[in-house]
Amino acid sequence: MSTLARTDNSILARWWWTVDRWNLAAVAVLAMTGAVLALAASPPVALRLGLDTYYFASRQVLYLGIGLFVVVCASLLSPKGVRRLAMAVLAGSMMLMVAVLAVGPEIKGATRWLSFGAMSLQPSEFVKPALAVTAAWFFAQARLQEGYPGNLVATGLFLMVAALLLMQPDVGMTMVVAAVWAVQFFLAGLPIVMVMGIGLAFLMASVGAYFTFGHVRARVDRFFDPSAGEGYQVMRSLDAFHNGGLTGRGPGEGRVKEVLPDAHTDFIFAVAGEEFGMLVCVAIVGLFAFVVIRGLSRAYKDDNLFVLLASAGLLVQFAVQAMINLASTLHLIPPKGMTLPFVSYGGSSTVAIALGFGMMLALTRLRPGEGGVR
Amino acid sequence: MIASLMQGDLFDFARYRGGPTGRTAEALETGRSRLVVTGLVISMAFMALGWRVVDLTLFADRAEPRLARSVNPLAPVQERADIVDRNGIVIATSLPAVSLYVDPKHVMDVQETADKLIRVLPDLDRDKLEKRLSSRGRFVYLKRNLTPEQHYAVNRLGLPGIQFERGERRVYPQGRLLAHVLGVTDIDGRGTAGIERHFESKLTGGGAPLQLSIDLRIQAIAHEVLTNTVQEFSALGGTAIVMDANTSELVAMVSLPDFDPNRPVEMLGEAGFNRATKGVYEMGSTFKLLTAAMALDSGVVAISGGYDASKPMRVARFSITDYHAKNRWLSVPEILIYSSNIGAAKMALDVGTKAQQTYLGRLGLLRPSPVELPEVGHPLVPSPWREISTVTVSYGHGLSVSPVQLANAIATTVNGGIRRPTTLIKQQAPEGIPGARVFSPDTSAKMRGLMRLVVSRGTGKNAEKEADGYLIGGKTGTAEKIKASGGYSDKANIASFVGAFPIHAPRYVVCVVVDEPKGTKESFGYATGGWVAAPAVGRIVQRTAGIMGITPEFGMPHLAATRELPADANEITAALKPAALRDVENVSRQPEQVRAAE
Repeated sequence: MSTLARTDNSILARWWWTVDRWNLAAVAVLAMTGAVLALAASPPVALRLGLDTYYFASRQVLYLGIGLFVVVCASLLSPKGVRRLAMAVLAGSMMLMVAVLAVGPEIKGATRWLSFGAMSLQPSEFVKPALAVTAAWFFAQARLQEGYPGNLVATGLFLMVAALLLMQPDVGMTMVVAAVWAVQFFLAGLPIVMVMGIGLAFLMASVGAYFTFGHVRARVDRFFDPSAGEGYQVMRSLDAFHNGGLTGRGPGEGRVKEVLPDAHTDFIFAVAGEEFGMLVCVAIVGLFAFVVIRGLSRAYKDDNLFVLLASAGLLVQFAVQAMINLASTLHLIPPKGMTLPFVSYGGSSTVAIALGFGMMLALTRLRPGEGGVR
Repeated sequence: MIASLMQGDLFDFARYRGGPTGRTAEALETGRSRLVVTGLVISMAFMALGWRVVDLTLFADRAEPRLARSVNPLAPVQERADIVDRNGIVIATSLPAVSLYVDPKHVMDVQETADKLIRVLPDLDRDKLEKRLSSRGRFVYLKRNLTPEQHYAVNRLGLPGIQFERGERRVYPQGRLLAHVLGVTDIDGRGTAGIERHFESKLTGGGAPLQLSIDLRIQAIAHEVLTNTVQEFSALGGTAIVMDANTSELVAMVSLPDFDPNRPVEMLGEAGFNRATKGVYEMGSTFKLLTAAMALDSGVVAISGGYDASKPMRVARFSITDYHAKNRWLSVPEILIYSSNIGAAKMALDVGTKAQQTYLGRLGLLRPSPVELPEVGHPLVPSPWREISTVTVSYGHGLSVSPVQLANAIATTVNGGIRRPTTLIKQQAPEGIPGARVFSPDTSAKMRGLMRLVVSRGTGKNAEKEADGYLIGGKTGTAEKIKASGGYSDKANIASFVGAFPIHAPRYVVCVVVDEPKGTKESFGYATGGWVAAPAVGRIVQRTAGIMGITPEFGMPHLAATRELPADANEITAALKPAALRDVENVSRQPEQVRAAE
């Protein structure tokens, strides 16, 4: 690193001196945590499914490598480049989402995946960062140019994506996308009355989801009915935290991973809690909080409204996704299938999160001398 | 980290004073202030999550409600105590067993779980299984008492929600031999009948085995003899009781038909009915022993005395007749030997209603037996107790008691006159439970002589035929059953014999009651106590005396006299008295027995 001098004017050197190195370090630590936890949590799951012991672990290490590469590559982009990439990915993934509905196989009651030979892809993971950036641009345009129908376009795009997600159905991801859209609209100067209106709409949409989707209702009912007890995975997860205590049982000593079907994905935090204990878990939560607050503070400093909205949107997506996963595992909300960014197993989700994170890093790079969008 | 956050200059507005202006500046200002709000909300959310982690890991005990019924597989199972016979042989024990249950909340896929379970436990019913797997409870049994192989096979499946409960299974190694004594335990191992129920709390407390007074060897013999008798006479059922004459411990108690306590379903219906303790019957002529004892004890008649039985007797609107009518004056021994209803009735009238009730009460015949079983029948006592009741009760009608009550009353009569409550528990003290005097020792001695005469010269002859060399004394009884429509049936009998042996120093009382025997060619069509029950008692004595350590009385000359029947009725009385007294003397030669009884 010391080879990159302040005076070096190469692309890599400029990137190094302008990018948010603290967040870059944070994402590297998160990725390493993910790799360690994949090694801890996934072998029993792999064995249970009759796969090779390190099937998931080795793949996740590969995904994390790809992810870090994507982070760096995306963070090299200029704001304009980010916007173009996001719009292209949005168009592509929305088309793929339509295709998913037509030809995708049904897994666990939902149609979310597209198969390309040995690879499979979840287009809805990629639509989230792409939509956040694209919507941010339209919101910013609407704010800066009199009469530009940016708010309408952004909302229209959001509704289309939300509809596609609900058709899969994927209520959790719809909630993330909606949260991002709402926060961006809020940041773009939505009048307070309408903010309250949107809050109300969220409430009604949640109630609507409860009555429309059977699995949502079942989970919510179970959450609020103490006599029904918790779901199996949630209860095992709580046991895991209890077993972990302050410093955990030690690496490889956890048992919850042997009984949880989703130990390597949605419930990986429980494995961390059992094997590494409270201190490591609080550190992981703190790391997510650090990344988000640090990113928001960088966005705050930027003169470019598009940059502010887009990076805030990407960070809110990152934050909401992490919070939903953690809160489910900790039994603070009804269980909702959601991966923990960079930590849970999953190719599409890791690469898509990396793309969003890279775009966020690109947007929050220091751009001395550049003004906002004129 | 804090420094790095500050490096972001969250609150550094000054830098932007000279930045974008106008519309852009206004939009940025709004965006920034709202960004601060967003940041604060997100920070609070993350702090809440962090606190939740701390709460769950360090203070989890109060965090979530736990299962209402927690099953700790490592906790030692509280073992139900064994039951052993008086010699320490195990007759009921508990073996470790594993039961399969499901916590339906944890079942992830009902179909898959059912498929896998049925593959290793093919006898499970699929519809029922699926219903149980998807039920709302938290604890539903799927199968009890898995074999170790089944346990291993199910455990290997590793199905969520499918769990094992370590428990124990009650096993009765003697099968149906002790059915009504032991009773049964239900599927949860709780006693629901017999000793198992009566001593439920004692047995569940674990600890030392419960030792019964039953002698398994004698129980087996009584069971076999009674089974043969019931079969031979095509009877509905019967009961055989062997009671220690001095301590009132039940050494054997059989009721037929019976059941195998290892298969409690067999207990349903008639088989579960304990005729020895729950069934109450009009015992018939065996009661004449008690009437005679009362008369001798209260002194209303001497053993040399007698009554006129030359013609039927009228009491109220009833006419009392004799089955073996002699139509003459009968001595007290003759009344018993010929089983004279008229003689018994006249004796009872001399004793009087009040005294009769007192004696019956002291003999424990007016209240349920204190035996340690839940299945105890209440005696059916005449109410109101008129003069005719006194008359009928004197020969065993109008008062229904259970066979154990009769056996206990006869034990009292022969053991020197002390009544001790019937028990199924082995007594540690040699004299047993403290008793209460009912008859004088002299009365008891005379009664032993009279009972001996009934067997050697009267209706009980068949008892001795089967027990060559053993001195049995007793009395037969043949009671007509009360028909469902009311009145007595002359076809359906309760045939009984109650005896004591060796009669000169009684150690055991043996009582056999057979319900509705049918006469056979060998019994010349008779289905009476003398032809049905007396031989059975004889056989029991013959086969158990050796086990009990009682030697036969061959070569004892005074026995010969009790076997000859003098031609003249008056001579009988004369000959009997010395015979009875000789027996009494014989008893006094074994004073420890009598003293123990007193």
